[in-house]
Amino acid sequence: MDVFLQQIVNGISLGGIYALIALGYTMVYGIIELINFAHGDVYALGSFVSLAVLALLGVQDEVHGAALIGVIVLTLAGSMLACGLVGVLIERLAYRRLRNAPRLAPLITAIGMSFILQNVMQLWKGPSPVPVPQFIPNPTLFHSGAVEIQLKQVLVVVLAVVMMIALQAFVTRTRVGKAMRATAQDRDAAQLMGININTTIALTFLIGSALAGTAGFVSGVYYGTAVFNAGFAAGLKAFTAAVLGGIGNIAGAMLGGFLIGLIEALTTQFISDQWANVVVFSVLVAVLIFRPSGLLGESLPNKV
Amino acid sequence: MARLNLREYLKGPRGGALVMAACLVIPFIDRNGSHINFLVDAGAFVLLALGLNIVIGFAGLLDLGYAAFFAIGSYAFAMLSSPQFGIHIPIWLMFFIASGIAGIFGILLGAPTLRLRGDYLAIVTLGFGEIVPQTFLNLSQYTNGPNGISSLDQPVFFGFRFGFNPVPYYYLMLVLIVLAILVARNLRDSRLGRAWMAIREDELAAAHMGINTTAAKLSAFALGASFSGLAGVAYASKLGLVSPDQFKFNVSVFILSMLVLGGMGNITGVVVGSLVLSSLDRFILPQLTSFFHDVLHLNIDFTNSRFLIYGVIIVLVMLFRPEGLIPSRQRKAELHAGDSDASAAAAEQQLYNKAGV
Repeated sequence: MDVFLQQIVNGISLGGIYALIALGYTMVYGIIELINFAHGDVYALGSFVSLAVLALLGVQDEVHGAALIGVIVLTLAGSMLACGLVGVLIERLAYRRLRNAPRLAPLITAIGMSFILQNVMQLWKGPSPVPVPQFIPNPTLFHSGAVEIQLKQVLVVVLAVVMMIALQAFVTRTRVGKAMRATAQDRDAAQLMGININTTIALTFLIGSALAGTAGFVSGVYYGTAVFNAGFAAGLKAFTAAVLGGIGNIAGAMLGGFLIGLIEALTTQFISDQWANVVVFSVLVAVLIFRPSGLLGESLPNKV
Repeated sequence: MARLNLREYLKGPRGGALVMAACLVIPFIDRNGSHINFLVDAGAFVLLALGLNIVIGFAGLLDLGYAAFFAIGSYAFAMLSSPQFGIHIPIWLMFFIASGIAGIFGILLGAPTLRLRGDYLAIVTLGFGEIVPQTFLNLSQYTNGPNGISSLDQPVFFGFRFGFNPVPYYYLMLVLIVLAILVARNLRDSRLGRAWMAIREDELAAAHMGINTTAAKLSAFALGASFSGLAGVAYASKLGLVSPDQFKFNVSVFILSMLVLGGMGNITGVVVGSLVLSSLDRFILPQLTSFFHDVLHLNIDFTNSRFLIYGVIIVLVMLFRPEGLIPSRQRKAELHAGDSDASAAAAEQQLYNKAGV
């Protein structure tokens, strides 16, 4: 039972990372109906940028007190900013020209962009995993039998939930959020209402990619390593999370992320970590067959 | 005018016969074994590109895990035609069996997912491409895990053993490619092929014209997969072993970039694109690296960034010449259909900007 509970704790913190990535997938899909394959690699880039910022700050060991807050804020901000800008750049270079092209074309460039990002990261930091300095003290906060909850795990979940609430508020309460929803519903009509759809779509990429940057920072802290191709598997799982929750739905992405994290943690414990990817993928196929609109999504008719 | 005539002259069966004759004599002219070896490997990728072209080029379904079917074909041969289980089915039979098995897996994957929208299919195939090699790796009691299966049976043709000489494999590959081209051409011009293209261009309209879109898409998936079964058997028998790392996601993207570069939907384009990229991979990048090293005294290893280069090729071609180097006429018209809309939209936008809206 202790093992089970511990895996629930691990799964929820793992799920926090997937949820953060899934938010970006779901936003971009919601607004331009494109699976942004490069999104997972933007997440991996987040870990690398965090590494670079930490190196710049000269952080190698645990930091305490006010300095810790400063390091966290600077690293997180650097990672979010860099990833957000890369996301906007990808949209500008690879997707905008193809907005009116047949569906296949932007999907293919998305795969190309993903490949480019991955290989640039490989050239930058090499093919093997790079250790990330463990600068956050990691005391055990809660202890009961063999179950323990660490500070890092709480950090992941809190960060993910805060981001989701902020995003939800942004999309539903602000003027720009309204413009996003309008663009998602009908691009032409939105344009006729005076919404600058190019800016709106670029902003969507900025926010989504910044969230992936957050996830990259968190996973660097959580796992203690960064590797160039981490985005591939994580991206696939996060996309599964977005579909499971109902694509286009922000709360759904969060729910899906936590569920996928739980599924992965429990599979790793009770079957074997080799099969974790296979199980998650089977979940994706099962959801697509039995409930393509996801848990919280509404079913949409095909746009003609 | 003369140039035009030459073009006309080479079109159709006459040009094909000339290319065929050239292909037949290559091993007599070029006696360098490593060159022939390269051509055999490149040939396997021509087969793969032809198969993927049926799925993406003809039917317009984005399959990002095509290497999975290649893996299934190769492993089918490795398990049924090697000392692994003591089963030794002759390779000639294995061509049929392996392409059948690959086709069945195509149906198994396609049946639940092909009713969905196109982009979901892309991500499902991506996942499939990831888990098939993983599964072969995990089932190590049958597949020897990361070591793979080795000492596969070598082909015997009426008592003639292929051995380690690449030349017989070259001719085998040539026969397979010619057959694959003929099959692909006939499929393209068949009722089914026209149904695929109708679906590619407008699925809803195709369904309203009475095409059973699910059945047509499923058959594209199965037939495309069966081509990779052929490639898998030929490639595995020449190499003598299979291992899970031969079928990574990189391979699927490599084949996709051949299609994009050559021209999706055009058989000649796909063959040329695949040969160009194979030579880039094997000759041009290493040559460039040694040229930079020897002549310019710069240590840039281009072979390390080969996948970066494929990514760049995919993006640039899709942005600036989406029909590829050698376009298929229909595909070109389709891919540029949005252009007038786009320019109209741009003009409209300018109008708004001027009006200060």
